[in-house]
Amino acid sequence: MKIAVCIKRVPDTEMRFAIAADGKSLDQAGLKFDISDFDGYAVEVALRLTEKDGGEVAVICLGPDGVQETIRKAFSMGAARGVQLKADAIPFDGSAIAAALAAELREGGYDLVLFGRQATDSGNGTVGPMTAHLLGLPCVTAVSHLELGAGRGTAHRELEGIAEVVEFPLPAVLTIDEGIARPRLPSLKGIMAAKKKTIDVRPAQLGEARLTVETMALPPERAAGRIVGEGPDAVPELVRLLKTEAKVL
Amino acid sequence: MANILVVAETRNGELRSVAHEVVTAARQAADAVGGEVHALVFGTAGAGAAAADALGRHGADVVVAVESAGLEKYDAESMAATVAARLGSGGYRAGFFAASAQGRDLAPRVAAILGVSLASDVTEVTLSADALVAKHPVYVGKAIATLRLTGTPALASFRPGSVSAADAPRSARVEPMAPAADPSASRVVVKELVARGDAKLDLGEAPVIVAGGRGLRAAENFRLVEDLAAAFGNAAVGATRAVTDDGWRPATDQIGQTGRMVNPTLYVAVGISGAIQHLAGMRTSRTIVAINRDKDAPIFKLADYGIVGDLFEIVPRLTEEIRKAKGG
Repeated sequence: MKIAVCIKRVPDTEMRFAIAADGKSLDQAGLKFDISDFDGYAVEVALRLTEKDGGEVAVICLGPDGVQETIRKAFSMGAARGVQLKADAIPFDGSAIAAALAAELREGGYDLVLFGRQATDSGNGTVGPMTAHLLGLPCVTAVSHLELGAGRGTAHRELEGIAEVVEFPLPAVLTIDEGIARPRLPSLKGIMAAKKKTIDVRPAQLGEARLTVETMALPPERAAGRIVGEGPDAVPELVRLLKTEAKVL
Repeated sequence: MANILVVAETRNGELRSVAHEVVTAARQAADAVGGEVHALVFGTAGAGAAAADALGRHGADVVVAVESAGLEKYDAESMAATVAARLGSGGYRAGFFAASAQGRDLAPRVAAILGVSLASDVTEVTLSADALVAKHPVYVGKAIATLRLTGTPALASFRPGSVSAADAPRSARVEPMAPAADPSASRVVVKELVARGDAKLDLGEAPVIVAGGRGLRAAENFRLVEDLAAAFGNAAVGATRAVTDDGWRPATDQIGQTGRMVNPTLYVAVGISGAIQHLAGMRTSRTIVAINRDKDAPIFKLADYGIVGDLFEIVPRLTEEIRKAKGG
């Protein structure tokens, strides 16, 4: 089985954020970067499938040279091949990204193309299904459970209180949800091997960006809250405030 | 023409609350550009007529009724083809979706078919003749981007709970439309729908959420959280990632960066310290209450009201007081 996983390098959201001087991006000073959360799950799913049934995992990452660090992380987990689709910046518009990924994937002969459900930076969740359409492949989003058989697969999707069980033919594009398979930590052996692997670098054939970030701001601070009191004796006062002040009861 | 097409989401033949929210958003946008709101409803025979009153109340001028066997449940490929065909038929300035699980699957497919871009998971929109400008939380809510989308039709999906459904009543006329693709030809086929939990209120729709964290110490102590939720009567139960990772609660209960993003009127955090991962999923709640033994826990910085102390004493008391307040 030949699997491609499209991964994204994103800032670690545990860090303190500030807005850059351009007013429409994050101040890069002090940011740490890592593979986007859901993409880590997708890499893990791909590795488990190939460990079970044989095959190879390739990771594809679009962006400036910093993304090579993210590709090497996937190497250290066990990915066999890595491609950097080189671009000065990662567009915000999912359709611009999907065009570049589809151009790379089209002749790849992959049985499965995996994405994370959404990136933790843009929060868009659009690139997977858009790429699937450009490739003419069936697509299942937000997969929380996956089984593959001969030329077909069964997936579960969580849909707000219910789950769908869907069947699809291979090849297919899937976007992976949390909870399906906890990403492994890179092994020492994997880290050593990752250093020796080469990354194929090609220019990204981006589509037109029609969706752009005009400005970015930090969210308004919530008005300072208050400690109503300590222990169960504070409960009646809390209920009174919920009723008369917050008016939520 | 400057009409707006809304995909009005249904489940089991009933309109979901997000459908009313998105029709409300579309009404406001259509008024700004001088157009009509067309609400598209999928279902079996009679689905359009059944939804017309409710959709008209929130401002739909037309209900586009796509009725056929096989459309009573979500079918991504045929529905995307139908929505794209309608939007591509001319006269539409924009197409609005809910950024629900279904809408987040459907909208990018429609955008790709039409070759246009999509502003995903937005919280507000301003539509003009030359652009759609939208607010969208990025970096799991730690920053807010103002996006500019060009091209027609402009597609946007709205974060559930970000728009309050409002009345703008009119009598919506029902216009039938044949599906653009046969659901039985779809490559991805829904075999089964499995109910999660005991069909309580979903986290995305519950006005009140009571969520529990590690402070509860053991799975069986979630009974305290469930009792409190039951006292509210309109509450769903959520959990932190630590709790779902430990198997105390199912993964579908997880609120946070890698779980559900929720937006209730009231959020009660029980034994939750307030890791960024969790706050990312609930920080936009209207009123937040925190109960925690550590007065320095980060959750108290976000909470409107906090009680410091032993949750095992505080929560049963709160359950009792809420029951009284609710007259039960």
